[in-house]
Amino acid sequence: MDAFMAARMQMGVSLGFHIIFACIGMVMPWFMFVAEWKWLRTNNPVYLDLAKAWSKGVAIFFAVGAVSGTVLSFELGMLWPGFMEHAGPIFGMPFSWEGTAFFVEAIALGLFLYGWKRLNKWVHLYTGLIVGIAGVLSGIFVVAANGWMNAPSGFDWIDGKAYNIDPVKAMFNKAWFSQAHHMTIAAFSATGFAVAGVHAILYLKNKLEIHAKAITIALTFASAAAILQPISGDLAAKNVAKLQPAKLAAFESHFETQERAPLIIGGIPDVENETVKYAIKLPGFLSFLAHGDFNAEVKGLDQFPKDEWPPIPITHYSFQIMVGIGMFLMLIAAIFLAATFKYKHWLEKKWWLRMLFIATPLGFIAVEAGWIVTEVGRQPWIIYGIMKTKDSLTPMPGIQYTFYTISAVYLILSFVVIWLLSRQIKVLQAKYLSNG
Amino acid sequence: MVEINFLIMVISLFLYVLLGGADFGGGILELFTRGKAAKIVTKAIAPVWEANHMWLILVVVILFVGFPTVYSTVLTALHIPVLMVLLGIIMRGSAFTFRHYDIDEKRPMKIYSAIFQYSSLVTTFFLGVTLGGIILGEITLDYREGFFEVYIHPWLNLFSMSMGLFLVLLFAFLAGIFTVSEIKNEEYVQYFAKVTKRLLLGLVLTGALVFLTAELEGHPLLMEFIQSPVSIAAIVLATLALPFLWKYLNNPNRLMLRLIGGFQTTMIVIGWFAIQFPIIVNIKDAPDITLQNAGAPYKVQLYLLIALVVGVIIILPSVAYLYKVFKFEEKSVRENE
Repeated sequence: MDAFMAARMQMGVSLGFHIIFACIGMVMPWFMFVAEWKWLRTNNPVYLDLAKAWSKGVAIFFAVGAVSGTVLSFELGMLWPGFMEHAGPIFGMPFSWEGTAFFVEAIALGLFLYGWKRLNKWVHLYTGLIVGIAGVLSGIFVVAANGWMNAPSGFDWIDGKAYNIDPVKAMFNKAWFSQAHHMTIAAFSATGFAVAGVHAILYLKNKLEIHAKAITIALTFASAAAILQPISGDLAAKNVAKLQPAKLAAFESHFETQERAPLIIGGIPDVENETVKYAIKLPGFLSFLAHGDFNAEVKGLDQFPKDEWPPIPITHYSFQIMVGIGMFLMLIAAIFLAATFKYKHWLEKKWWLRMLFIATPLGFIAVEAGWIVTEVGRQPWIIYGIMKTKDSLTPMPGIQYTFYTISAVYLILSFVVIWLLSRQIKVLQAKYLSNG
Repeated sequence: MVEINFLIMVISLFLYVLLGGADFGGGILELFTRGKAAKIVTKAIAPVWEANHMWLILVVVILFVGFPTVYSTVLTALHIPVLMVLLGIIMRGSAFTFRHYDIDEKRPMKIYSAIFQYSSLVTTFFLGVTLGGIILGEITLDYREGFFEVYIHPWLNLFSMSMGLFLVLLFAFLAGIFTVSEIKNEEYVQYFAKVTKRLLLGLVLTGALVFLTAELEGHPLLMEFIQSPVSIAAIVLATLALPFLWKYLNNPNRLMLRLIGGFQTTMIVIGWFAIQFPIIVNIKDAPDITLQNAGAPYKVQLYLLIALVVGVIIILPSVAYLYKVFKFEEKSVRENE
């Protein structure tokens, strides 16, 4: 592995690790908030237990998310100093707002976690709401900064330097909105299904009320998100078609520019011969999805020089995985809706709980796949159309070793977090079973 | 404008040293006292440690938005010590949280504590080493020189090492002050007062070592110090406060201890800042990176300042509330329990 590949992999591992903790840290507070609110409304102590149990998980995820986020803010400069030297002043504004939002989130979470006895009940509930709002806002700010890398704006690029910098225009770049709603909804969906899945397997073992309540809260958020997500995804794809046609062509493996372009489902892209083997092709559907017209022309990879092609197979597979999972989660959401309003007995069925359990990791796999589509799909550019990733690499040799180190640390940390959570769950379970 | 943003950055760095210092120092102090302080440290810093952490992020964001060449130059030349700091931050933050939230079992707790303690030490040491590298002026922009010259020598030298040691003792000292003013048990108060006094002695000695090694490495720190009335005044004031600190360590007074400890740290930061200003990073064989030549354009600075001011208006009252709830209402809650 050369230094360039190692640096990209290190960035990918660090982001891929952080995104999971960031999603959970921004969505779980909403679940805690609802649980506590229900407790205040119904006086059912099960809701209080649930809010407290969840808050322990949130504390762990939030702490690991905070440290891995700090690491990222340094890694950007340690791996890509050429990028940050130019981009920092331009796309830094959302980061400075993100700092504030995250600060507020950390403070409110401190109050929530340690303030059960010290705060008035309603003030306590309110701090939970602040955690949720601040978390979502900080997520949106970071995604806005990433949007700028996809749709750079707010500066003039003359001879390798940026002039006339306008941080506001840079923040409200053309990609920020579609990326922000797509990511926020994805976070709710992924976290919701993960939480529901864990409680579903526990409920399958012991039919405790606390797990049933937990599943209802988590699935309500997750289902709303899963049903909205295709609409959000459609808007995002149309935006990519307009702003980054090479990325769209890569994840669709659309080699040849044509009208009535087919939507390619599955298959194995053969980059050498510029075809996709064993795929299902729906004529005209790509034109429709990208431009809203079955006969519209969709730009293919042939419009771009080969050295500007993103890596095609990995973006193509990732896109298929993301969409496939999205469809499956939407199906679960539909069943949940049907069950809630008409077929209540389904909620107790083994097949249903098993289905939820299977869905536990799927949302996060889709989130990771989606980020691979966005980030790998932007290559070879780090600032789309302006600066190539390889030109911004640190001159320091031996990045391979920092990549191995960071990966090992994150791998170990992942195992420890999973182990820790399973211990927490066992304690909770034991407490309920001994109470009868 | 550039000056204001820079000042806010220095203040954030200062708050990080002061508040985060007590928290990093907590781990070091635990190590020095073989875990005696563990429970107290955990209890004292648990609700605020994530908030402490944010000051560092604020410093980094101001740097890459407002002073991008500082950010990219430092993170290139000092890649290795910064990486050590980051690994330390990951490990101590995770271990601290795990220790607090995992179910109470002897073996895992021991492991978490050991990781928390050693990584606190390593993080602080390399933070000091990094600061030393920024001050010393061995950073080169000529990346064609050998690996050692470009990526090792700027931080692997006597001066940076003594800066690392200095910061370790400073943070442990701050944590000592914090602990002494936090605990009630008379026996422990005596013990931690004794430890803190030793740390203070060590701190003064390492302070001298920092100046000595600067001379050895050919950086005229002492000369610059003598020529700066502000830093002389700062160090004189810090020294004058020493006897009072000694007195209150013998006879603990919670508020005075914190005030004097905070005052001395402030003086150290001001003294350093007065020497360094307006240079931000000293560079070898090339013009230094200064406040004048590193600042981003006016409009960028303006929006950065707006964000910072709004941020401060939102954050300060929240931080004050957090401290109020957890630090000042402790007594009444304890009585209620």
